[in-house]
Amino acid sequence: MTALVEPPVRAVARIPEPSEERVRVRAVDPTEMFVIGGSAASALALTWLVYERLTPLSGIVGFWVCWYVAFVATVGYVSWQVHGALRARDQLARVVVWSGGVAVFVPLVLILVYVIGRGYHALRPQFFVEDQEFVGSLSTATEGGGAHAIVGTLQQVGLATFIAVPLGILSAIYLNEVRGRLARPLRMFTDAMSAVPSIVAGLFVYASWILALGNEQNGLAGALALAVLFLPTVTRTSEVVLRLVPGGLREAGLALGGTEARMVGQVVLPTARSGLATAVILGIARVIGETAPLILTIGGAFVMNANPLEGKQDALPYFVFRLVRLPAEAQIQRAWTGALVLVGLVLVLFVIARLIGGRGPDHIGRLRRWNLQRRGLA
Amino acid sequence: MTVAPITIDAEPERVEFVVERHLADRLFRAGATAAASTTFVLMGLIGGFLLFRGLDALRDAGWGFFTVSDWQPDLGGAFGIAAVLPYTIAIAVVALTIAVPVSILAALFITEYAPRPLRRALTTTIDLLAAVPSLIYGLWGLFALQPRIISLSRWLADHLGFVPIFDVAAPQPRTLSVFPSSTFIAGVVVSLMVIPICTSVMREVFSQAPVGEKEGALALGATRLGVVRTVVLPFGRGGIVGGSMLGLGRALGETIAVTLIISPAFVFDWSILQQGSNSIASLIALKFSESSEFGISALMAAGLALFVLTLGVNAVASMVVSRSRSGEATEI
Amino acid sequence: MSAVDAPEMTPAAVAAAAVEPQVGGAVGIETRRVACWFGDNKVLEDVNLVMRPREVTALIGPSGCGKSTFLRTLNRMHELVPSAALAGDVLLDGVDIYRAGVPVTEVRRRIGMVFQKPNPFPAMTVAENVVSGLRLSGTKLDRQRREEVVETCLRRAGLWNEVKHRLGDPGRALSGGQQQRLCIARSLAVEPQVLLMDEPCSALDPTSTRRIEETIAELQQTITIVIVTHNMQQAQRVSQRCAFFLAAENEPGRVVETGPTERVFSEPDDPRTFDYVSGRFG
Repeated sequence: MTALVEPPVRAVARIPEPSEERVRVRAVDPTEMFVIGGSAASALALTWLVYERLTPLSGIVGFWVCWYVAFVATVGYVSWQVHGALRARDQLARVVVWSGGVAVFVPLVLILVYVIGRGYHALRPQFFVEDQEFVGSLSTATEGGGAHAIVGTLQQVGLATFIAVPLGILSAIYLNEVRGRLARPLRMFTDAMSAVPSIVAGLFVYASWILALGNEQNGLAGALALAVLFLPTVTRTSEVVLRLVPGGLREAGLALGGTEARMVGQVVLPTARSGLATAVILGIARVIGETAPLILTIGGAFVMNANPLEGKQDALPYFVFRLVRLPAEAQIQRAWTGALVLVGLVLVLFVIARLIGGRGPDHIGRLRRWNLQRRGLA
Repeated sequence: MTVAPITIDAEPERVEFVVERHLADRLFRAGATAAASTTFVLMGLIGGFLLFRGLDALRDAGWGFFTVSDWQPDLGGAFGIAAVLPYTIAIAVVALTIAVPVSILAALFITEYAPRPLRRALTTTIDLLAAVPSLIYGLWGLFALQPRIISLSRWLADHLGFVPIFDVAAPQPRTLSVFPSSTFIAGVVVSLMVIPICTSVMREVFSQAPVGEKEGALALGATRLGVVRTVVLPFGRGGIVGGSMLGLGRALGETIAVTLIISPAFVFDWSILQQGSNSIASLIALKFSESSEFGISALMAAGLALFVLTLGVNAVASMVVSRSRSGEATEI
Repeated sequence: MSAVDAPEMTPAAVAAAAVEPQVGGAVGIETRRVACWFGDNKVLEDVNLVMRPREVTALIGPSGCGKSTFLRTLNRMHELVPSAALAGDVLLDGVDIYRAGVPVTEVRRRIGMVFQKPNPFPAMTVAENVVSGLRLSGTKLDRQRREEVVETCLRRAGLWNEVKHRLGDPGRALSGGQQQRLCIARSLAVEPQVLLMDEPCSALDPTSTRRIEETIAELQQTITIVIVTHNMQQAQRVSQRCAFFLAAENEPGRVVETGPTERVFSEPDDPRTFDYVSGRFG
């Protein structure tokens, strides 16, 4: 060790007990927590007294609305008394923003809990294997199942994916790699198309594919309607993903003597692989719950029809939508079971998308590893 | 050895690059261009087919299509969107009145207030909320929310009845049965669906607020509210407007949630708390299966009106977002 | 070398072409009165250079004088910038690479390029990165041949011993210096005759830099190398010839002086070159 470094070492050594405790800047101020907690409690007491006892009001939603107003007012008043106007306004804003943030996430929990609560009673394994063929108006909710609807949904969404994803990714390539003259208007039109209401997509397929071209209502018609909704979503999300691929990789690919097509196919797309997969799966998760376009296109059925090209089909969301508006309690129960399965599908897709999205471009899966070894590249 | 700069005559001409593409590349470009063109073709076809199919009905109804508050095309009666269109807009306005402030708060929460480790998770949750099917929102609204919110409706009607939109025709004391299936409840449910859409656009824009300016404000002793008011909100104005417009487009076109909640009304009524409402999308969904050929033509015309309306709203939205200082890198 | 009988050749080029007969795969590259534009902004003018086979030519000069742009005109990367334009001729083995009928992919295959920042393809393994150029140019190899190419190229880039057990790792799992040598190996796999290097060491630490310089010294036996560098010592260490670029304010860059590296650094003709190599500016 040189003499240059020594003095600071000695300087540190001279301090008897070096304080290891770090200054915690962001630590929660206990006083403020106390103010907020106290305000919440006092607002609760006040609201209960006024709302439940003194005035002829009722209803849980109204109660919490009143509580919230009282709470915010109390927080504002207390911190104005303690800290003055400036801090009080900041504190109020903080409380309001926090509650706004929390308010957004509350429905998700409520909805999930509610759907599970309503749906799980009649959820039996046979829901996934049986259809509604032998179900009458007096059958209990656990009889029969939604297999025909699940199969229909999977086929329709599969076909829609098959149609829309290649078109969408190619369009994204056009926007980001080819950068042709149409790029600007295409971006505008893609935006506009993603605003097309889902029922209009259904009407369009009904007007063109069914009325004008003389096709019947079937799974394919439904898939076409879903594809109309899917296409702009895939295009936009894929474009964003492709934009994240560093330009240096494109240059390197071209500098090695690659053609544009090979460069995109061998460098850009593999690098964006996980992002594209995430985009597609999230798109599927969006499309799988679409009901409106299917009302006009698939016809609906109560029995299994595994051929999307012929005859009416059912779909999970349509199944739910139809049954829930029937008067029989068992049918409504069945609809909730369908809703639970639908939500489950969406959640599974979402989780898969997130897992894939978390992988970097250098992730090498087992299958790819095996393939590489076979080709002598690993 | 030095190369003396040669000073011969004129300087060499600029050459155009001769890019001779491989056949594969030409095919690749052609393929991508063709795929890109489908979007243009589809948009044209959607408008064209709806117009073509709706022409019968439009010709029959004439201007009455915009002034008649009834829907009886199958019985040879009058039909028009004079009630359905305002109801559609009313539901969307109610939805946005709730969704816009909440979305701004939520977006601010995620970008400025939430603990850092939470932010990514919150963003993901917003994405998840956007992925929940509208059917599920509708079901939940119908079964879980409606029975609990009608008492709020009554409270509003009783105490704020002097505001025309909160007025309810039934005399006091009112039973709760006047309040379900109203524009208000449909709007609340639609707002739940619109919030994640608005929030994600606004969050995107807020998160791009320049760090330098934020730190500048903090260095001047601004509180966090000060930073939000002086830097983040002005910067994100385009995102707020654009996100709201995008939500408006979605709210106007929402079908299933509205169809589940409302009970169809064909005379427009300003009192949003009262039972009975409608929207173009749910009109189509409800009337479709029981319509004759002419009835379907009328529905096509209604669909065209909805299509044009949402396109207009969206066009304005993308213009606002792209013109604002913040919108450059944002997708709406 | 057909360039000999080309009409407006500089004396230097004629001399070079006459003195140096063709050996092996390496061929020289020559530019005549090259000028470059980005839009209406002229960034380079009247560049006449001969980069001789099996020599390392260093392009030196302060930032913004057009060295990199010039390098990119040599394998037609310049035209990737939408508004770019060019004048003059670039001759590879006497043939103008910008002439109609010369496929741009073939030009780039024969004139390889190593970039400033190491950029191995992140979605590929080390071995895949090496053979990526072959795949990109559509050459199909059987497994045995492929393994040979991987080993040969990694050896030539001086990387084999370090990565021979890591061929299946992602390219980006290597250290920065290794990544850059992987990029060199990748360029070598398509058997280029010229290798262009755009400040290949500017993102690397001194040890990695030394390794790359060793690699350059070995490659120069078989390949023509053109290297852009900001590092004067590096230019002296690796190059035999040197071209000094300079741009006056708001004017396009030009070649101020060119010659054997030793002479350019020890007794430059132009006072501006002296100022630059002695560290007075830049």
